[in-house]
Amino acid sequence: MRVLIKGGDVVDPLRETVEKLDIIVEDGKITGLFPSGGEAEKTGHETRIIDVSGRIVVPGLIDMHVHLREPGHEYKETISSGAMAGAAGGFTGLACMPNTEPPNDNSSVTEFILKQARKANILKVYPIAAITMGRKGEILTEFGDLRLAGAVGVSDDGSPVRNSQVMRRALEYARYHNLAVISHCEDTDLSAGGVMHEGSVSVRIGLSGIPSASEEVMVERDISLARLTNCPVHIAHISTAGSVEAIRRAKGDGVPVTAETAPHYFSLDHTAVIGYSTNAKMYPPLRTVEDVEAVKKGLAENVLDVIATDHAPHSPLEKQVEFDQAAFGIIGLETAVPLTLQLVKEGVLSLPEAVKKMTYTPASILGVGGGLLKEGMAADLAVIDPEKEYVLKEADIISRSKNSPFIGKKLKGRNILTMVEGHIVWSSESEYLNS
Amino acid sequence: MNGFSHKDLLGMGQLSVKDIELILDTAESLKEISQREIKKVPVLRGKSVVVFFYEPSTRTKTSFEMAAKMLSADTISISSTGSSIEKGETLIDTAKNLQAMNPDLIVLRHSSSGAPHLLAKEIAASIINAGDGINEHPTQALLDLYTIREKKGKIKGLSVAIIGDIEHSRVARSDIIGLTKMGADVTISGPPTMIPLKADELGVKVVYNPAEAVKEKDVVIVLRIQLERQSKILFPSIREYSTWFGINKEIIKNAKADAIIMHPGPINRGVELAYDVADAPFSVILNQVTNGVAVRMALLYLLMGGTRGEGIN
Repeated sequence: MRVLIKGGDVVDPLRETVEKLDIIVEDGKITGLFPSGGEAEKTGHETRIIDVSGRIVVPGLIDMHVHLREPGHEYKETISSGAMAGAAGGFTGLACMPNTEPPNDNSSVTEFILKQARKANILKVYPIAAITMGRKGEILTEFGDLRLAGAVGVSDDGSPVRNSQVMRRALEYARYHNLAVISHCEDTDLSAGGVMHEGSVSVRIGLSGIPSASEEVMVERDISLARLTNCPVHIAHISTAGSVEAIRRAKGDGVPVTAETAPHYFSLDHTAVIGYSTNAKMYPPLRTVEDVEAVKKGLAENVLDVIATDHAPHSPLEKQVEFDQAAFGIIGLETAVPLTLQLVKEGVLSLPEAVKKMTYTPASILGVGGGLLKEGMAADLAVIDPEKEYVLKEADIISRSKNSPFIGKKLKGRNILTMVEGHIVWSSESEYLNS
Repeated sequence: MNGFSHKDLLGMGQLSVKDIELILDTAESLKEISQREIKKVPVLRGKSVVVFFYEPSTRTKTSFEMAAKMLSADTISISSTGSSIEKGETLIDTAKNLQAMNPDLIVLRHSSSGAPHLLAKEIAASIINAGDGINEHPTQALLDLYTIREKKGKIKGLSVAIIGDIEHSRVARSDIIGLTKMGADVTISGPPTMIPLKADELGVKVVYNPAEAVKEKDVVIVLRIQLERQSKILFPSIREYSTWFGINKEIIKNAKADAIIMHPGPINRGVELAYDVADAPFSVILNQVTNGVAVRMALLYLLMGGTRGEGIN
């Protein structure tokens, strides 16, 4: 079957261009890209034409930081439901964190995750294994075995490695096995008991604070270790101006550090917590307006390389409770596109820059390939309607969990079609789903 | 209607100056009931009040129950021990079940900041926040305002020092909001570990040294030190705290000659407050407790839509 994706504004994140191109897809691969209306249509084969004029075509988005909750917490999300939520959001690849039950600290769990992903048959799942056994921060997991089983990176996400010696060894050993090391930076003594950003809002609404320093001291530590070992480290979900500044300095010094932020850190600030809204509770917490501006600047200046959602599904059991007892985390797969397009609209990023942070760059850091639309590459792509305006409704959320602070908010820009290896795995418009 | 337009009392922030004056005036007219031989008027007859305490309390709980009973409301008390909370029922479920029995008002004390706000969203009965986590304790602030007005004749223009663990005190937060709203000048004091980083957000002055903080003050409010917090590295020892931050006669000398001293109770005698200060003639600590009943009567009356003339005055 030959498919012609016709008339879209095709984004090349590497050359940073947007061009009107027709894309030919055969046997799951891109076999040609031609200036729109030209060559592609003349060929005589039986061709299904998908007209996407006026829409943006991007390489399939890759989210390098999600929680799919399986095994162990299937009532919150499964690999299948999370993959479908990802597909709805324009993602064709998801890297899932190891804080499952049991944790992904051995090859059989990694294999199980990949088996479930194959069964779901929706998009590509890249398991991130634990750095240490049981995510306890003590004994390294079997990186080689995990790599062979299909893990692409390691992280003790949520339970940061406290012992700096263990972290140093992890960086050194992971490089040998080509595993990305992703660090959730939190000094858990400094953040203990805190439930929101420590600042002008926490003092007024009487909630215990998490200081910016709890993130920043660990960012500085990991930078020191990367500097010492010259081994790469990727810092997850940056939320503070101080962290952005630390990474800016480190990059200037040539330290092999990369970093991500999540859409909520450039879309919301700590005032979202007022009213004790548990959907505004996550780690790191929403920070100040100044931090939001610093995160945006960090993205614009490429200090922050990646936009990842930290999609963290939780059920009402964990969220419809007292604020201090509520779980940390929000879902993000289905709102990443409109929130990131807002940055493009504000002029923080160009469209190709924004797309690069959600495609080519995370793919490169994880070493999974993809993230580009090029002849010979897998036909993983998303079609986005940048003008589509809508109010996010809880009932429209595909993820099994509905813990989003953006419910009821007006969003602009929506993924309308997701293709993985030539198959349309999701579309908001029924015409595309036929055949 | 009685001019009070709120369904719930969740915090001092929601009250206007007019609201606070109405509450204090109403309390003044109701206070006399508690001094009568027959301490009961029928204004809230047929109304039911659930007093729901997730945390231990003597003063506040008794005060609410007495206030409700003096106004002839029926009261039911629940505490977390001996109720279904021990069986793991969530706050919302417990509340919905209570709501199904159709009470008119729920008084809630809870260890989580924002718990009464959560409840208020879920159920139709009026909610009074009787202390939520480290957030607010509005009825304490109102009885403090009442006591200050009673002793000083006014609130506006007074200088007030609040001393102790400001960061973790719901009394401090409510007092600060109420006092500044009513035009008093507030200084907070205590070890730097107990003073919020962004204290300026609260519209107060920070003076760490207690002897300096009380200088020329009309009112000194001493907060209870939660001894269990010692494990949280907020202060090295009780001895050290009382030496450096305990309020004694020597320190009080710096305040105005007619200053009053207040404390929300329960007192750790010899820790935050010296024995002779707690019992000194300028201490109004027990007046606060007496006034607490009157203020809570006023709130129950106003929130349950009581109308004047049914046995009051």
